Amino acid sequence: MARHVIAPVDELPPGTRKFLEIDGRPIAVFNIKGEYFGLMNRCPHQGAALCEGPLIGLAQSSEPGEIEYTKLGEIIRCPWHGWEFDIRTGQSYCDPRRFRVKAYPAHVEPGASVVKGPYVAETIPVKVESDYVVVEL
Amino acid sequence: MNIQFREQTDSVAPLTVKTAIADCDIHPARATRTELYPYLAKRWQHHLEVYGVHAYQGMMEGPPYPKAQPNASRRDAYPPEGGPQGSSLSFMQKQLLDPNNVQLGVLNPLNTGQGIRNHELSAALCSAINDWQIDKWTSKDKRLKASIVVGNEDGLSAAAEIRERAGDRNFVQVLLLSRNVEPLGQRRYWPIYQAAEEAGLPVGVHAFGFGGNPITPSGWPSYYIEEMVGHSQCQQSALASLVLEGVFERFPKLKMVMIEAGFGWAPSLAWRLDKVWQRLRSEVPHVKRPPSEYIREQVWWTTQPMEDPERREDLFDVIKWIGWDRLLFATDYPHWDYDEPSRVLPAGVSEANREAFYLGNAKKLYGIA
Repeated sequence: MARHVIAPVDELPPGTRKFLEIDGRPIAVFNIKGEYFGLMNRCPHQGAALCEGPLIGLAQSSEPGEIEYTKLGEIIRCPWHGWEFDIRTGQSYCDPRRFRVKAYPAHVEPGASVVKGPYVAETIPVKVESDYVVVEL
Repeated sequence: MNIQFREQTDSVAPLTVKTAIADCDIHPARATRTELYPYLAKRWQHHLEVYGVHAYQGMMEGPPYPKAQPNASRRDAYPPEGGPQGSSLSFMQKQLLDPNNVQLGVLNPLNTGQGIRNHELSAALCSAINDWQIDKWTSKDKRLKASIVVGNEDGLSAAAEIRERAGDRNFVQVLLLSRNVEPLGQRRYWPIYQAAEEAGLPVGVHAFGFGGNPITPSGWPSYYIEEMVGHSQCQQSALASLVLEGVFERFPKLKMVMIEAGFGWAPSLAWRLDKVWQRLRSEVPHVKRPPSEYIREQVWWTTQPMEDPERREDLFDVIKWIGWDRLLFATDYPHWDYDEPSRVLPAGVSEANREAFYLGNAKKLYGIA
């Protein structure tokens, strides 16, 4: 598993996402309230660029008339057919048995460790005094 | 230093060579509200500014739901130069026609002049839409062919528009919608079928429309998802009406295309019609043959939205009844329920049937060499 430096933390503030291609794979990395998540940017249903869709919440109902709306900003909705996936896990809410989008761990590393460690930087000039968003795949 | 640098790329997947296809349901849109004005007489421009349009349906702006996505469209289909989805030829070429190797694209404009109570305005807007389709689309990209949009509720002006366009190879079919003031077999619509038959043009019946009736036969529903399935119920009533009013009997060379309402229901509707026809035929003696025969001889079906049963054999059984020579592939671009050509047909289809499904049937029906 290779670890890729994809951005200084300042360039990926909360509520934003970054699209990139790593080893020929389209990837998107999200910052949701300071937590980072990586997803394959391809919907397993019909192949749309999944992560270009809106981030919504999860509407669930225990019975007709009762609606609970949770996971605000944590569900990605495909720009084509509206299929919903949990960005934390890649789990599909339409058909969790058959469909899952590949999720990649993402987190922040201090520059000093990035320079020392076995990392690959995308186009990021790395300085030891900064922190970087790193995705693993 | 163990850090490698390399070029970041945000490019899309490389263009792969794909088998040529026809896309029999593409929705071009106007970039601006006034884009049709150059094709409309001053009288109608003034009319629109002062009175607007008066539809049969209560919702003046048309769609009674937000339609799941903005403009019912793919969220990635906004043209880079601005404007609504489907309004840019260059972006349509880049996003749909080129990467999918679309050899024939049939345009079906929606929100046109159809379903408007003022029949003169309806006819003027439909004619303007047809001029606009040539100017903006078909004359600029030879892969694209237009549908003749007609003022559907006034059969005579609709027939006049068809005769005006007949022989113009920018056009390959006549376009109606499924929701009209009355079921489509009624006499008021017959001049349309007569003119289309004379012109040798198929009549496409696209789901939607603003006839003023509820979206389902049992009234107005609560949810958009009910409208989505209501399209097939509506199309079934339209098709039953066409058969039972004797349209297919009266116009034996007429070809109808059922657009965007599914096709999985076709066998059961035909079986049911045949059964009741055997018992009640004296009510409709002008229907001389079992209804299923007219349907199988005179009806074609666009694929999107494809039914997606758990067992693909079930889909193949339905297609076998309909005929592999009767299906026309469609994406419904740029709408949100778009079907991706490379993902839509399950494995296990012969090469000949695949070719017919994706291209051959459409070229034959629409007379494209």
